Amino acid sequence: MRLQAERLSARRGEDLIFNDISFTLESGEALVVTGRNGAGKSTLLRALAGLLPLESGQVWLTETRDEPRSFASACHYLGHRNAMKRELTLLENLIFWQRFMAADSADLRSSAAQASERVGLSDILHLPFGTLSQGQQRRAAMAKLLLVHRPVWLLDEPTAALDTSAETMFADLMNDHTQEGGILIAATHQALGIANATQLVMTGFSGVEDAA
Amino acid sequence: MIALFVRDVKLAVRGGGGALIGVLFFMTVVAVIPFGVGPDLNLLSRIGPAILWIGALLASLLGLDRLFQAERDDGALDLMLMQETPLTLIVLVKCLAHWVATGLPLVLAAPFLGLFMNMEARAIGATLLTLLVGTPAITFIGAVGAAVAVALPRGGLLVSILVLPLAIPVLIFGVSAVTAAVEDPAPFLPPFLILTAITLFFAVIGPVSAALALKHGAD
Repeated sequence: MRLQAERLSARRGEDLIFNDISFTLESGEALVVTGRNGAGKSTLLRALAGLLPLESGQVWLTETRDEPRSFASACHYLGHRNAMKRELTLLENLIFWQRFMAADSADLRSSAAQASERVGLSDILHLPFGTLSQGQQRRAAMAKLLLVHRPVWLLDEPTAALDTSAETMFADLMNDHTQEGGILIAATHQALGIANATQLVMTGFSGVEDAA
Repeated sequence: MIALFVRDVKLAVRGGGGALIGVLFFMTVVAVIPFGVGPDLNLLSRIGPAILWIGALLASLLGLDRLFQAERDDGALDLMLMQETPLTLIVLVKCLAHWVATGLPLVLAAPFLGLFMNMEARAIGATLLTLLVGTPAITFIGAVGAAVAVALPRGGLLVSILVLPLAIPVLIFGVSAVTAAVEDPAPFLPPFLILTAITLFFAVIGPVSAALALKHGAD
């Protein structure tokens, strides 16, 4: 499996926020995107996930899978928001996402119970999501990554609001993912503890010359 | 997709999700009318079907703006946009769940409120039937408005304004079918069938346009 991104650029409003970014990632590789606030890290991830239009360039994934699918549907996206409903219990939330995201049974990975055990939430599955603490909510969002198999993980500031033990736990999750041959792209300010990661430093407007 | 349907119905029923709010609003509107119009029973039974329809229309607009906004606020919409499942199908399922949770209770409440308006059994039956067939159309039209206004912080009123003109035909044919059922010379079936056609038409157009609006409204 190989992920190729070629000459990506995107706009926020009138201005180019990044221009001409290219990279290639092989199975098991990770890319850590760093840069100051507003440098375009989140924009890059959202554009990769297909949630923002790219001004130019393209991304593609050569996979060992029979039917072709869109790049976005091969990705897990963990954004700033947790995508969980406050009114439903943790278990209901996890089961919903598993059923919703699994196109067929080949996609299924761990059950909701296993995933929550992995992130250390197995004894509070019955609580409504809204009553959990910030850190627990974040852990729950991480458990979502384990429910269904996706070859590419796009992580936007994944470890915000986490304590040190959760950071090590999440570093293990990410390293397991790359060891299984997955690809990982993370935007972060903190050291994530990913083995074998390439760095991409975003410079924001200062490094971007508008060609037009 | 069944998972999405079940989740949305659960959300609507649980914790102020809006399923009962609509019925309460419907009841308030209809209950207030006799006080305003006065105790003229003939007049009440004549305007009864129209009042029930207007009440149901306004009540079903009530929770529509949150249809996609709630998903967007917690980030779930991002994940929905990324799936292999076509967004149109996701929107359709969300509309159906929304109708079951908020539209169906209105339909079921209508016969009781019909008693407030001194309506005869035949008129109540016809209103029930037309509401059952007509209210899904309002949800499908409303989904387009909700999708367009998804990124606006105070989109609620805007959704109603966008949706109301499009919902007027539903109201016209709904009420005229009931009138036809009560008064002899006019046939019931033609307006009723047009109402059904409107619902089927918007069941196709609504989700497709709403999905387009959501795709391009991403930020």
